[in-house]
Amino acid sequence: MSQPRQSPARSIAAHAVLILWTLIALFPVFVTVVNSFKSKRAIFTQPLALPGPDSFDLVGYQTVARQGDFVAYFQNSLVVTCLSLFFVLLFGAMAAFALSEYRFRGNTLMGLYLALGIMIPIRLGTVAILQMMVATGLVNTLTALVLVYTAQGLPLAVFILSEFMRNVSDDLKNAGRIDGLSEYRIFFRLVLPLVRPAMATVAVFTMIPIWNDLWFPLILAPSEETKTITLGSQVFLGQFVSNWNAVLAALSLAILPVLVLYLIFSRQLIRGITAGAVK
Amino acid sequence: MAKGRPIRWHIAVFLAPAVLVYSAIMILPLFSTLNLSLFTRTEGGTAFVGLDNFRTLFGDPRWSAAFWNALGNNLWFFAVHMLVQNPIGILLAALLSSPRLRFSAFYRTAIFIPTILSFVVVGFIWKLILSPLWGIAPNMLDMVGLKSLFAPWLGKEEYALTTLALISVWQFVGIPMMLIYAALLSIPDDIIEAAEMDGITGWSQFWRIKLPLILPAIGIISILTFVGNFNAFDLIYVSQGALAGPNFATDILGTFLYRTFFGFQLQLGDPHMGAAIATAMFAIILVGVCIYLFLIQTRLRRYQF
Repeated sequence: MSQPRQSPARSIAAHAVLILWTLIALFPVFVTVVNSFKSKRAIFTQPLALPGPDSFDLVGYQTVARQGDFVAYFQNSLVVTCLSLFFVLLFGAMAAFALSEYRFRGNTLMGLYLALGIMIPIRLGTVAILQMMVATGLVNTLTALVLVYTAQGLPLAVFILSEFMRNVSDDLKNAGRIDGLSEYRIFFRLVLPLVRPAMATVAVFTMIPIWNDLWFPLILAPSEETKTITLGSQVFLGQFVSNWNAVLAALSLAILPVLVLYLIFSRQLIRGITAGAVK
Repeated sequence: MAKGRPIRWHIAVFLAPAVLVYSAIMILPLFSTLNLSLFTRTEGGTAFVGLDNFRTLFGDPRWSAAFWNALGNNLWFFAVHMLVQNPIGILLAALLSSPRLRFSAFYRTAIFIPTILSFVVVGFIWKLILSPLWGIAPNMLDMVGLKSLFAPWLGKEEYALTTLALISVWQFVGIPMMLIYAALLSIPDDIIEAAEMDGITGWSQFWRIKLPLILPAIGIISILTFVGNFNAFDLIYVSQGALAGPNFATDILGTFLYRTFFGFQLQLGDPHMGAAIATAMFAIILVGVCIYLFLIQTRLRRYQF
């Protein structure tokens, strides 16, 4: 019974299933982006055709550029995501270092306390968060969003980073101590550079839900000046619901930046998922 | 490490920022939300009413009908994910992990793309595709001769929720796929080789050798799906609005909470009833997580390699 590991029929079947699902996964995105470059007539008469010379039309993008303040929304999203990411990584790494490096009373308890947030969604506290932001005058500021997303991202960041920091060699840190480095320097100079790959993984995991979140921008910062791109495009799509060119163009504009970033970092992300899940 | 017993301030400094932000923005509001559900608004301010809000929520026919409707829909939403998303994810992962499969990196990357898109984009794209106005869905069904099956699914009470659940499955199938894929990769080669020596190959190898080994990963996926589904809001809000139409057929706990908290049409928003719903959701999620931690996870045998 010396079967080859993969018989040809079996491997063809595997490819068939995978190709089928790849098509299902990509088709809606493809249809949206392709049709955003077509005239209104062509969108309806030949929705599946690529834009040709007679059907090519940028009218949708022109409407978006005139009507929506997408550059400002994009900036808001960028500011919120980058700042939250910075605080999640810095605070998360610091806490992870304390938990993985030092033995102190309450260490395990503190770890469990911080891990609670992985399972319990922060949204359940929305009523009180809104009241708190109203009381401190932070409603309709980007600060409110940064604070919420930092809190939301910390539990998973601490959890993943402390797993990785346990693997940093003790000899290295002790050598640093003998050379008279302070604990802070050991953390910033020795440990942080070594866990950079793990930080990148955490960054990707943290970034996607923040960038895509609709709930908190809608509740905490719905004003025109603080709209994020997700909320901005939701409102825009609602207003232009019958203008198909504009809707398709806005959707494509929302897809493309994320898609480009994803294609650049997909290797990192997939490696992160596969490394993290083994544990 | 032993430097006598001075207070090691650096530990506090390292922990303080994370613990402060996390406690102030996450834990504190969570508990004060639970607390708010015990109060109600009066002319002068707020008054303690004990469990009255919950009596209203479960006792008042209008409130309790809305609550049970949302909970029932949410359970169905979860069931569709468990029955469709996770099996498809496991199947794709099993195919991807077969040795010497070409283009596997391409498939992985492509299938994960919907997961990174925002709900706004996903909800709207599918609304357009399923729209009878545009006609992509009916035309494609026509090509395979099934045009008679087409209906404006998102507008029909009996189909809308299932359709939305399937859209969400389409979006998130990448997550179970990746986690199972990782679990399959971590199975040591000698186990697989031993199975092959015994003549166990192909699907029987998957069912009898690999599946038992990845059960812990399937457990994790189930609880992640559970928490995600009972906390869902965005997709329904984007495609059906806060009223979760048609006729509340797609109302789940997240949209019910949002409507109660902020009000809709003629009903004023009520933070205290909103807090009561959030408390109920908290209890449901807590029960689910506890069932997982104490009943399921402890019974799953973990194999040490």
